[in-house]
Amino acid sequence: MEILLVILIGLLYAAGIYMILRRSLVKLIIGLILLGNGANMLIFLLGKIVKGKPPIIEATGKALEGLYADPIPQALILTAIVISFGLQAFAIILIKRAYKVIKTDDLDEMNATDEDL
Amino acid sequence: MSSPFVVLPIIFQLFLAILLMFCWTQINVQKLISVVGSLIAVIISVVLFVTVWNQGIYTTQAGNWVAPFGITFVADTFSSLMVLLTALAGLAVAVFSVGSVRNVRIKFGYFPIYHFLLMGLSGAFLAGDIFNLYVWFEIIIISSFVLITIGGEKAQLEGAVKYVTMNLLASVIFLTAIAILYGLTGSLNMADLSIKVAEIENRGLVNVTSILFLVGFGIKSAVFPLYFWLPASYHTPPPAISAIFGGLLTKVGVYAMIRVFTLIFIPDEFMITLISGMAAITILSGGIGALIQNNLRKIFSYLIICHIGFMVAGLGIYTEVAIIGSVFYLIHDIIVKTCLFMVSGLIFKIKGTYSLRLLGGFYKEYPKLSLLMAIPLFSLVGIPPLSGFWAKLFLLEGGLSVGNYWLVGFILLGSFLTLIIIAKVWAGVFWKDAIELPVKKQVKYFHELKPLKKQAMIGSIVFLSVLSLGIGFGAEFVIQVATRVAESLMNPKEYIEAVLGQTN
Repeated sequence: MEILLVILIGLLYAAGIYMILRRSLVKLIIGLILLGNGANMLIFLLGKIVKGKPPIIEATGKALEGLYADPIPQALILTAIVISFGLQAFAIILIKRAYKVIKTDDLDEMNATDEDL
Repeated sequence: MSSPFVVLPIIFQLFLAILLMFCWTQINVQKLISVVGSLIAVIISVVLFVTVWNQGIYTTQAGNWVAPFGITFVADTFSSLMVLLTALAGLAVAVFSVGSVRNVRIKFGYFPIYHFLLMGLSGAFLAGDIFNLYVWFEIIIISSFVLITIGGEKAQLEGAVKYVTMNLLASVIFLTAIAILYGLTGSLNMADLSIKVAEIENRGLVNVTSILFLVGFGIKSAVFPLYFWLPASYHTPPPAISAIFGGLLTKVGVYAMIRVFTLIFIPDEFMITLISGMAAITILSGGIGALIQNNLRKIFSYLIICHIGFMVAGLGIYTEVAIIGSVFYLIHDIIVKTCLFMVSGLIFKIKGTYSLRLLGGFYKEYPKLSLLMAIPLFSLVGIPPLSGFWAKLFLLEGGLSVGNYWLVGFILLGSFLTLIIIAKVWAGVFWKDAIELPVKKQVKYFHELKPLKKQAMIGSIVFLSVLSLGIGFGAEFVIQVATRVAESLMNPKEYIEAVLGQTN
C-alpha cells in the first residue's frame, strides 16, 4: 500500500511541476491543483497508514487501546483541502478574468508589468 | 503565563472586518470604522507588548487542550513586537487609504478585506503551532490576492497571475515540509518540535525538511533565486495596497524564517553557508535591479529585495549580535518601506506619473513636502542618526566578530548601492527641473481632492516619518527591545517552558 502511494505522490508532484512550467494559463492552474493533491496525499502517507481501529474511545475505556489510526493527518488534510479549494476557485476566476482583459493565455506574452513607463 | 488576552489582536481585527461588511455600501462609515478600529488595535497591541515586556511570555491553548496536542498561541517579545508593528503600519495605511483609495474600489469591499489581511498577519505572528502558521499564511495570501486584483486593471491582473502562482507554489512547498516534519516527529507544536527535532538521528532528512521550509519562506520573503514575482506585481495595485504589501507581507516570510531557524532547525555549517550565500546574492541582485529601473515604485520594489537580504544576512551570521541587527532592521524596514510606498503614491497623485524621467522640480514646488519625504528616503540609506544606521552597525559587528568578511562586504556594498539609488531618486524627483506633463484624465490629481483626503495622505506619512525618527533617536530603547528578542531567540528554553510547562 505504502509503495503504491509513494509512486502516486511522486507522479502527482512530477505532473504538477511539469504543468506549472507550461506557458498556458489553464495548464498552470491544473499543475497547482495536482501539486496540492500530491501534498495532501503526502500528509496522509506520512501520518503512518495502519490497519487499525478508528480513533474513538469506547464508553467503558479511558484511553485509546491497541492499534488505531492517527486522527491528526486527517484533520490536517481536511483543512488543507478546504483552503486549497478556496484558493483554486479564486485562481480559476482570476485566469478567466485575466484572459478576458489581456486577451491571451500565453504566459510569455504577459509582460506589460515589465514595461518601462 | 496563560491568558486568552493573547488572541485579542486577532479577534479584534476579525470583529472589525465583520462590522465593516455590515456597512458594505456606506463608504464614509467604513472609513471611520477602519481608522478608529485601527487606532484601538494599536492600543491593544501596545498593551500586549508592554505586558509581555514586563511579565514574560504569555500563551493560550485553544479549547484548553494541553500544550503539544492543541493549538497554541504564544506572545513572546518577538511576536508581540511584530503585532505592534503590524498595528502601527496598519493604522498608517488605513488613514492613507481614506485619502488615496478610489470609491469604486471601496465599494468592492476594500476595507473588510484589508482588516482580514491584518488579522492574518497578527495570527501568523502569534501562532505557536506550525500548521496553524500555515493556515494564517493562507489567510494572508487569499486576502492579498483580493487586494492586488481589486479594481481589475490590466496591469493588476497580469501582476496578480504571477503573484498568485508563486504564492500558491510556496504554500504547497510549505505544506510538503510540514507533512515530512509531522512524519518525522509526530508533532506540530513549535516548542515541542524544537525538542523532538534535536533528537532525530537522521540528520540528512532533517536538513532536507529545513531546506523545504527555507524555499517556502524564501518565496514569500523574496530572497535571491525566488524573488522574480515581487518586482512584477508590487507596483501594479493602488499605492495604499503596495504600502501594506511592501511593509509587511515579505516581512512575515522573514519572521517565519527567523522563528523556524532559531527554534526548530538550528542551522549547521552547511545551512549557515547556504543562508548567508542567499543573503549576499539577494542584496546584490536587489540593489543592481533597483539601479536600472525608472519607475519609482519598481525601484522601491527592488529595494525591498535588497533589504530583505540584510535581515537574512543576520540569520546567516547567526550570532546574537547579528540577530539583534536583523530584528532592528525588521523594525526599521516595516515602518520605512510602508512610508516609502505611501510617498510614491503621494508623488503620483501630485504629478500623475511614477517615471523618474518625467518627474522633477518637486523641491521647488513643494519644499515642505520634500523635506518630509527626505526622512524615510535618508533613513533607508542609514545616514546616522536615522533608523537604518543602527541596524547595520549591529549586522556589521556580528559579521566581523565571526570573521564572515565577505558577507560584511556585501552588506556594505548593499548600503552603498542604496545610497546611489536614493541619490538618483532625489536628483530625479526633487532637484531636476520640472518637465511639462500632459494632464491625464483618468488620474484624480492631488489638488482636486478634498482637504480632508489631502490631510489623511500627508498625515499618515508624517506619522510614519516621526516613528522612523523616533526609532533613530530613541535607538537605545529599540536596541534594548531587539536585544531581548535576540536573547530569547538564541536561547529558546524560556519559550519552550512557557508553552509546555515547567515539568517537561
